[in-house]
Amino acid sequence: MLIYVVRRFLEAIPVLFLIVAGTFFMVRLVPGGPFSREKNIPEATLRQMEAYYGLDQPMLVQFGRYLGNVLQGDLGPSFKYTGWTVNEIIAAKLPVSFELGLLAMAIALTVGIGVGVLAAWRPRTLTDNVPMSFAMLGICLPTFVLGPLLILVFALDLKWVNVMGWSLPQDRILPALTLGLFYAAYIARLTRSSMLEVRNEDYMRTAQAKGVSTARTYLVHGLRNGLSPVVSFLGPMLAGLISGSFVVETIFFIPGLGQFFVQSALDNDYYMVQGTVLFYATLIIVFNLLSDILLVWLNPRRKLES
Amino acid sequence: MTKPPPGRSLGQDALERLTQNPFAVGGLVFVALVALACVAGPWFLPHEPDTQNLDLGATAPSAAHWLGTDVLGRDLLARILSGGRVSLMVGLLATLVALSIGVTYGLISGYAGGRTDRAMMRFVEIIYSMPFTVFVIILMVLFGRNLWLIFVAIGAVEWLTMARIVRGQVLNLKEQPFIQASRSLGQRPAMIMRKHLLPNLMGIIIVYATLTIPGVMLLEAFISFLGLGVQPPQTSWGDLIRSGAESMEEYPWLLIFPSLVFSATLFSLNFLGDGLRDALDPKSGKR
Repeated sequence: MLIYVVRRFLEAIPVLFLIVAGTFFMVRLVPGGPFSREKNIPEATLRQMEAYYGLDQPMLVQFGRYLGNVLQGDLGPSFKYTGWTVNEIIAAKLPVSFELGLLAMAIALTVGIGVGVLAAWRPRTLTDNVPMSFAMLGICLPTFVLGPLLILVFALDLKWVNVMGWSLPQDRILPALTLGLFYAAYIARLTRSSMLEVRNEDYMRTAQAKGVSTARTYLVHGLRNGLSPVVSFLGPMLAGLISGSFVVETIFFIPGLGQFFVQSALDNDYYMVQGTVLFYATLIIVFNLLSDILLVWLNPRRKLES
Repeated sequence: MTKPPPGRSLGQDALERLTQNPFAVGGLVFVALVALACVAGPWFLPHEPDTQNLDLGATAPSAAHWLGTDVLGRDLLARILSGGRVSLMVGLLATLVALSIGVTYGLISGYAGGRTDRAMMRFVEIIYSMPFTVFVIILMVLFGRNLWLIFVAIGAVEWLTMARIVRGQVLNLKEQPFIQASRSLGQRPAMIMRKHLLPNLMGIIIVYATLTIPGVMLLEAFISFLGLGVQPPQTSWGDLIRSGAESMEEYPWLLIFPSLVFSATLFSLNFLGDGLRDALDPKSGKR
């Protein structure tokens, strides 16, 4: 197990290097530098600013310097928000996005697994067809459609919650639902089909034969094995939640990292873009590893291979 | 002597399974109608999608403007149809890009097998785990809001699933006697792939192409929603939803109609894809 974890970490190093290099050179290919927005800067000042940030150096020198800083955990300064480092901005903005993502994930997992298990309990009956139709609907309602529609109904029409903001506890409800419901629907479909498969396994019959109640067989023996596809989906889900948060934070005006990232890409804020991408990538890689470990714990027969 | 029953090709079988699935047929009909309306509709509509009428402003649906007008007095139906042209075109072309990369990659990986296969699939797994929408966003920001770039950027993200599926299928197929026979006769690998493997993969390729289109359209709408997609005056469904969401308080129909058309199209494409999968590939269905 330990060897496996270490190997996975070692494998992550070249991947992260590629990501760092990819974003580094990609953002520098853009026509127009980080200061081109501010029109009235004299040529000399511009040169000075570029020299201050080391942007006048050859590309490879810049890259080497950046790589060295990143290895020491320093993601560099922000151009747009002078006086702030990327580390500070991420630290300041992340808690909001983190809370949003966590809530959405909680909704996706509880609703998704619950509905999937219920639907597979008596397939092709009312308790299967009705929830699964809703799941199909949920899959076809992307965040940017669902979010505005939820606002329209619950905030503007019924006036139960505020249209936007992030200060009150009830402000969390609509954004978390918007972000979570798509994944709840997807997980419901995953859970249902894998529970249907698991039902016919030999060990289910064995459990029944030795006198375990039907409900217990289904919910304990079945669920533990039936959850595997859901666990493998955790990594892709996190990646999806991150990009979904860009939209949700824009719709609801939530001061999180996602909204910030999109803006910094538009502003040519080099280090901000590179730092955020690297941060997201690391998060996803760690999460994938955790979900792989969880898979083995759920089903020890599964070989620890890549 | 009784006559033997008439033979049935696999295609006929699949067609029958498909037409017996009401959801798939419904989806097909709806998508066809939407596509027809988007392509032909603008010629028959009395309104141009970008003719402004600032005196009129945003009006609710009426006899003159069936779905109402937007803030600049432009006819919403005309805009939905012309936006649909862009959305559907992105859907088709980006899927084509994804398909060509994915199928070629999967074919080579699966056919080569062994170490090459492992390395190629590891590469797919690695990019699978990357925040790829993030890269699409950067690309869009970097190189401007170019429609062609959207095709390439989205295609470059969506080919991964296709490559995996094709490769898995090739692994099964290449041990079959007809492939081995062809190989022992000295056929070149490129020929085997084109003449023997590809035709046998057509079913699964069609199925996943149908399922990729809604994914691609979703991604395009996502990019447009963030304001990084098509440039005005051109519009797409994602762009319409974005501007609708901005003024939904006063003019809710500007949000509701584009959302409805977009969601219903995705819905239909998904049903059609599921139906095609059950019809062309009965064993893998109900996953």
